[in-house]
Amino acid sequence: MGILEFISSNIQMIYLVILMIFVGIELISHVPSVLHTPLMSGANAIHGVVIIGAIIVMGQAEGVLSLVLGFIAVIFGTLNVVGGFVVTDRMLEMFKKKK
Amino acid sequence: MEHILVVIYLIASVTFMWGLKMLSKPDTARNGNLIAAAGMILAIFATIFLYKDSEGNHLGNLVWIFLALVIGTAIGWIMAKKVQMTAMPQMVSFFNGMGGACAAIISIIEYNHLNHVLASSTMTPEMAADHHGKIIIILAGLIIGSVSFAGSIIAYGKLEGKINDFSLKGQQIVNIGLLLALLVLSILFYTGTISGSMWFYIILIVSLLYGILFVFPIGGADMPVVISLLNSFTGVAAACGGFLYDNYVMLIGGILVGSAGTILTVTMCNAMNRSLLNVLVGNFGGATASGPTSSTGGGTTKEITRSDAAILMKYAKKVVIVPGYGLAVAQAQHTCHELESILEEGGVEVKYAIHPVAGRMPGHMNVLLAESNVSYDKLIEMEDINPEFATTDVVLVVGANDVVNPAAKTDPSSPIYGMPILEVENAKNIIVMKRSMKAGYAGIDNALFYQPKTYMLFGDAKDTLVKLVNEVKSM
Repeated sequence: MGILEFISSNIQMIYLVILMIFVGIELISHVPSVLHTPLMSGANAIHGVVIIGAIIVMGQAEGVLSLVLGFIAVIFGTLNVVGGFVVTDRMLEMFKKKK
Repeated sequence: MEHILVVIYLIASVTFMWGLKMLSKPDTARNGNLIAAAGMILAIFATIFLYKDSEGNHLGNLVWIFLALVIGTAIGWIMAKKVQMTAMPQMVSFFNGMGGACAAIISIIEYNHLNHVLASSTMTPEMAADHHGKIIIILAGLIIGSVSFAGSIIAYGKLEGKINDFSLKGQQIVNIGLLLALLVLSILFYTGTISGSMWFYIILIVSLLYGILFVFPIGGADMPVVISLLNSFTGVAAACGGFLYDNYVMLIGGILVGSAGTILTVTMCNAMNRSLLNVLVGNFGGATASGPTSSTGGGTTKEITRSDAAILMKYAKKVVIVPGYGLAVAQAQHTCHELESILEEGGVEVKYAIHPVAGRMPGHMNVLLAESNVSYDKLIEMEDINPEFATTDVVLVVGANDVVNPAAKTDPSSPIYGMPILEVENAKNIIVMKRSMKAGYAGIDNALFYQPKTYMLFGDAKDTLVKLVNEVKSM
């Protein structure tokens, strides 16, 4: 019963999940293979959004263990976001069309 | 104030979708990345300053949060700026692993927090239901996040050459066993049959172990597919955070990447004409490849001197260069561009034939060549260049092997049978630049090398190209 209860109490989010799955598929189909690597890297940066969770956890942390773990989580999340976007930009920088 | 936060999250969600959309077209890709980045920064700062918990408290520990942000930014920035373009795939894998670790740590903290709350108050039925829901999400975030973390780090190590291919006897059985164990443990944990921190950490350890063993036996050539798959895993792990905090931007960002990443993974597999299962079970590449499966009977290869090769190209009308991973390893892309320029000055038409999986990742070769100023229009994709080979005088294969192996079309017993290839054998002359006669990733012999119109030019790609350029110059 637990699972059904979970679904019904989060039904809005579940709808959103399903919609987003379709949006994701739609956005990515018909991508030229040239862009696969930058696209993967860009998507990699976007899932760095997990850092928001890390910030919330850190902001509510009490006790040394939570604080230390939260601190590491925020660093890791930032690495994901910053590194991800910067690497992607470096790749795409090279796709400028030559005149 | 919380209304502002909600609106900012909405804007950030839109930038993610929009950015991803723009990333899928060459002209708009760079701006798409910047738009998504702007949305991310907005969301991060809005969270820090505007987020309130259910009791209306702002976030604390701001000093620590900022310190962590600064450290992460500095390290991430430096790593991303300093990395060589050839090392791009492992860099992506590393950052992906960081995201996975972040998701797993969030789960650990939330679990401890949950225990703390349970211990300090009496449980109402409502709380029990909420607790159950949370446990599912926490477990999912923990397992997916740590599998992604461990797997990505192994993938990183393998691509860096720090970890060798390795597989146990009966590795597949061990892996399936671990996966089943994870599933059973999670169900038991969820139903409360087993409980307590100890089991929670056992699940964490089993997940990490699974992540490691899952990537270990997969061969280098298949690594991009694995990275892409782990990328979508991390997306899902991030989305778990969205459920945990009722946070739409995390949910949208995570699921978007989860679904887009999965499609990208499948597309990559298709480009190699293999199923995802086939890649994951890994029956070619890596340690499992057991030498040549279908020998072409050896035959003899012809070598060509550099000056002959130079003459051949200099007096050709049309030359097509087929770059492979060997070119990237030797860092020879700049020299390759130099050769192209010199030939063009002499009136030779030069093009590049790009196989969808050339390099280490789809599109990787384009990035490398673009870095050395090769014009984007000269990079021709496989479907467009294949009909042109018949009118090509010289094909120069630099450090590529499996993608030009005719066995993929003619030999049903070959492990790469069915993989689309560059049909270079239709050209008038073929010069293959290789370090040695060693087989490519697939570990199979290449019949192309024994054809009468194929000439071998052995040596390091960069070194040989430099000398070729000089030969052409001196003519």
